[in-house]
Formats: sequence, C-alpha cells, structure tokens
Amino acid sequence: MFRDAGLIAGKDLRVELRSQVTTQQVAPFAILVLILFGVALDPDRGILTRASSGLFWVAVLFCSLLAIQRAFTIEAADGGRDALRLSGLDPAGIFLGKAAAIFVQLAALEVVLAVGVVVMYGTEVTGVPLLLATCLAATAGLASAGTLYGVLAAGLRVRETLLPILLLPVLAPVLIGATKGFEAALGGVAADGWPWCGLLVTFALLYTTFGTLAFGPLLEES
Amino acid sequence: MEPVVQLRGAVTLLGRFPALAGIDLDVAAGEIVLLRGPNGAGKTTLLRLCAGLLPVTRGDARVLGHDLTDRRQARAVRRRVGLLGHATGLYDELTVADNVRFWGRAAGAAAEDITAALAACALDGRLAGLAVARVSTGQRRRTSLACLLARRPELWLLDEPHAGLDQEGRDLLDGLARQAVASGATVLLASHELDRAEALAHRVVTIVGGTTDPRSARVITKESLLVP
Amino acid sequence: MTTPSTSSSATRALGGLTLAGLALLLGYALVWSPPDIAQKDSVRLMYVHVPTAILAFTACAITTLASAMWLRRRSEGWWVLGGAAAEVGIVFTAICLLTGSIWGRPTWGTYWDWDPRITSTTLLFILLVGYLALRRIDNEAGDAAQRGIRGAIVGLLLLPNVMIVHYSVDWWRSLHQTATITRLDPTIEGTMLFTLMLGIAVFGLLFTWLLVHRFRVGWLEERVGATGLDQALLERRAEADVVMTAGGRA
Repeated sequence: MFRDAGLIAGKDLRVELRSQVTTQQVAPFAILVLILFGVALDPDRGILTRASSGLFWVAVLFCSLLAIQRAFTIEAADGGRDALRLSGLDPAGIFLGKAAAIFVQLAALEVVLAVGVVVMYGTEVTGVPLLLATCLAATAGLASAGTLYGVLAAGLRVRETLLPILLLPVLAPVLIGATKGFEAALGGVAADGWPWCGLLVTFALLYTTFGTLAFGPLLEES
Repeated sequence: MEPVVQLRGAVTLLGRFPALAGIDLDVAAGEIVLLRGPNGAGKTTLLRLCAGLLPVTRGDARVLGHDLTDRRQARAVRRRVGLLGHATGLYDELTVADNVRFWGRAAGAAAEDITAALAACALDGRLAGLAVARVSTGQRRRTSLACLLARRPELWLLDEPHAGLDQEGRDLLDGLARQAVASGATVLLASHELDRAEALAHRVVTIVGGTTDPRSARVITKESLLVP
Repeated sequence: MTTPSTSSSATRALGGLTLAGLALLLGYALVWSPPDIAQKDSVRLMYVHVPTAILAFTACAITTLASAMWLRRRSEGWWVLGGAAAEVGIVFTAICLLTGSIWGRPTWGTYWDWDPRITSTTLLFILLVGYLALRRIDNEAGDAAQRGIRGAIVGLLLLPNVMIVHYSVDWWRSLHQTATITRLDPTIEGTMLFTLMLGIAVFGLLFTWLLVHRFRVGWLEERVGATGLDQALLERRAEADVVMTAGGRA
C-alpha cells in the first residue's frame, strides 16, 4: 500500500513539476484572494491584522478546491480511471498517494499565503510551534477529506459546481479549528490553541482512515 | 484445458442500456480471436468485460479461471490482462518513458521489462524523453502498447489496435502479438481493419446487437500458419 | 382496477392521528399555554422550532444508517430510505431555520444570529442539499449495485459531519458566551413543557407519515426502473435482426 502511495504521489508531483499549474496559477490566485480581501475590507490595517488568521484559512480553503479539482483532472484525461483500475495499484495506496501530493502542494501554497499575510496585513508572527502544528494538522485534514470528496465528484460532469457544495460544509470545522489555533498563536494564549489542534488531528485521522477504506469502491464507479 | 475466456449468455448494462445482451464466447489459450461487428455492437464493452472492469448482470463469465460475476475475482483478473483501448490512459504532461515506467511499476514490472518494452516498441532514443502531449497519435498508441508489454499479460485485449498506427507500427503490433502468443498468451482483438486483422487471427466471431452471432463464426485456415 | 396509491390502512390511521395531534397542538401552542415572561408570545414558535430541529437531526441519522445498510446489503430499500429521509429532513430543516429566524426578530432584533445551533443547522441544510443533488445525478447511472456508491458514501458521512460541525461550532461560539446559548431555551415548565413534548410527539408522527409515503413513492419508482431490463434486452437483440436482414455480411 505504501509503495503504491509513493508511486502515485511521485507521479502527481512530477506532473505538477512539468505542468507548473500550482505555481503559475493557484499561487497567484492565492495572492489575488488576499488582495481582494484587502480591497473589500478597507485596508485600515486594524481589521485585516485582526482577521488575518481567518482570512488566511479562507484563502487556503479556496486554493484547496482548485488543487483538488486539478488533482483529479489529470486522471480524468483520456481513460485514466480505467487505467488506474487495471493497474494493479492498491486503491488505499492511490488514496494516500493523491492525498500526500495534495498535502505537499497545499503546504507550498500556505507558505506563499503566510508571506502574503505577513507582508500585506502586517501580522506579527509569534507562537511558531503552535502555528506549524495547526498548519500540519489542518492541511492533513484538508488533503484527506478533499481527496475523498474529490474522487467522488471526479467522474461527474458537474464536478466543478458540486465539489464546493459537498466539501466546504464538511471543512467548516477545519476552518474553525485552524483559525482558532492561529489566533491563539498569534496574539492570544498559546495554551488555548492546542485543544483546537487536537480537533484538527482527530479530523485528519478520521478522514484519512475513512478515505483509505472508501476510495476503492468509489474508484469502481464508472 | 480450461478456456481462457468462457462466456455464456453474458449480459452487461451501461446505465440502463444492455450493451451486451447475451454473449457466448470461448477462447482457448494461445488463440488469436477477432471480434467483428458494426459500430455500437458491443465489441468494446465485451473487451472491457473480459478485463474485469464491468459487472455481469446475467449469465456466466469466466476469464483466466476467475468468475467475473464475483466482484473480487473480477478485480483479480485485471492484473493478468492487458487492455489496449481507445483511450490511452497516459499522462500528457509526463514523458513517454515516464509513463511506461509509471504504469509498468504500478503493475509490478521489473526495470528490465520496462526497458525491454520501450525498446520493443521502438520508443527508446529521442522519443522516450518527449512529453506525451507532444508526440503523435501513433506514437501515443505505441506508448500504450509499451505499457501493456511491460505488464506481460496472459490475455491481450486489443480494441482497434491498428487505428492510428502507421504501416511500421502495425507490423510491429502484429509481430509483438504473435510473439506473445508463442510464449503462451492469448489475444482477443476487435477491429474494423478486416484484412490485416484476419491475417493475424485464427478465428473470427461476429458481434451484433450485443450478442454473438453463431451463424457467422468461422475458423480461418491459413497455409501461412505452417510457416513460423 | 383501483388506482395504485401509497396509502394503506396503517398510514391512514397514522395520518388521522397526526391531524388530531396537530389540532391539539395548535390549541395548546396558540391558546392554552402561557406566553413567556421575557419573550411573550414569540416563544410559541419554539413549539415548532424545537421539534423540527430534533427531527432534522433524526433524518440525518436515518440517512446515515440507511447508507450504511445499503453498503452492506446493496438492497434498493435502503437506498430509497436514505433519499426519502433526506428529503423529509430538508423540509424540516427549512422550517426549523425559518421559525428560528422569525423568532429571532422580536427577540434579538435580527433575523440571524451566530447562535451555534442556527449556524450548524444551516450547515446541515447545505449538507442535505449537496447530498440530494448528488443523488439526483447518481440516479442516472448504471446498475443498481453500482450507482449508489457516491450517494451512499456521502450519506454515510452525513451524520458524522453533522456531529463534527455541531460540536466545533458549539465550542467556537461558546467562547463568546453571553446569554447566547441559553437564549433559545427559556426556562420551561408546566403547560409549556407539556406543549413542547406534545409538539415533539406530533411532529414525530408527521415526520413518520411523510417518510412512509415518500419511501413508497421512491420504491415504486425503483420498480418501474427495474422492469425495463427485459424489454431493453429484447430491443437490443432486435438490432441484430435488423442488421442481418438489411444485408449485413454473414
């Protein structure tokens, strides 16, 4: 299973390396979202700085929709689904591999967004351990839940409109937890943030487990 | 010896549409069988069924000893067959060699098999390093063929394999198919290129309206078979 | 031949009971129970709001259970039940949100407040919308065993998602504790408590009645779909004769 996951993750990342979609399209989109927030919320630095945790994670959520759609578009091209089913790869491994690749891409986007938020919203970075832990846990949750719902929507013609409505309500707890974790790290009491991190870890574990189990049957749906 | 493919009244649905409405087919090991029939007859569906990709709603279906009405066994069949279909299943952004390497390793092929497959399909050299998006249709076909070769399947399922290939490519394909059969594999192919396909095949079966037409099944006797 | 309908003696009895219960509830809710000290008459909306909230969550539980059973048994009945429960559930959720919003206006001065339950109920509503949208698409696909997978997975996750969302939203808003959490639950006792319990019971009956009928309709739809196969097989095979007689090569 892990060998297959490694194979898939490697392939996905190699495709990304060649096509540069995340770097050339999604990353600029991320910055654009930050700018739009600034435009909408009156760059009186007060609001933006205070809300920077939440705005950061909303931007991450939007980017994750794009990243997930992209991850499954490359499979959708020309009989990819059949090929995966025939390949002999363990579906659980395919799930983990795809989720891992999405995780890496989201992490890269988060770095870009973090720089953006610090520079544009004037946020001060404190409580780095909590920030990192929250990031990792939240991103794992986003990647695993996203991969599950991504494959679910992937075979459908209406996937672009259906995926957000299916996935975003499910991710609302991640948004809440990650924002709270960040707020605690960035200005509040760090101790308040760790329980939220716990919630995020639980969420990530649940969806990773469920995803490995459900991916196989979902892949069979033609 | 048990036939490699054995179908009795097999019915398969695509949506609510019975693409296969009752197929009877026997393919023995080492045979090359040609499937003929008009468009929409169900040839592609039949090949996909034999690959273990589609469920059997009614009737019996056994491939390589596995009962396809059982989903788990149907999944087990997939590893042992190779399907060359209309769609390539290749990643446009990756190179030819990367694709063959990926699909080969996914199927558990050894590195030598992958290299050999690339060479056998005349894909080593400059072509290997080109992105699939940049190569021609025929070259993509050959790449898919290499992916199939690397798996060393016991049953070859070829859906209009000659389409898109130039003369050289077609000769290459025929040669590889014959070689595979000589080493014990079996080939089931669907084609509209009857002259070339009949030259390759041992037997012809006609599919019409999702069923096999027994009136038109025939065995091809060829003197050329005596010549290795 | 009588016109087929989805009612039976059981549902007629249930329906009658429900109507009687509704009449009784109306009496209690509007007339016989006292207005709340703080909220005056607007508290009467609670007799609809709370039962519909409970039943909306119950509907989710039923959908999740039905999806789980479908995944194990793959029988049509469970598939139909999941959809029926979700549809009835979405109606109850909408009523719950509506009554909550109307109730909010005189009480809080706004139609919306970030009360944890309203927020999580709204997310529940969207989860149900997504589930039903997915089912509608799924219904066009293949044989019965295959096509339900997507819907079943989303349905299976429905209750867990609802619970996770509810829990995290609750925790989130509890940090902004003022009188928020208790606002929807005025201290109730006596006649008001009785009316509330009556409301829960009566809406429970209504829910069940709707569910049974919706289930039966769905079941009949499935029957219609299934009988098509033999006919379709005949038509498919007839293609062969057409080709042959039209001079196809033998």
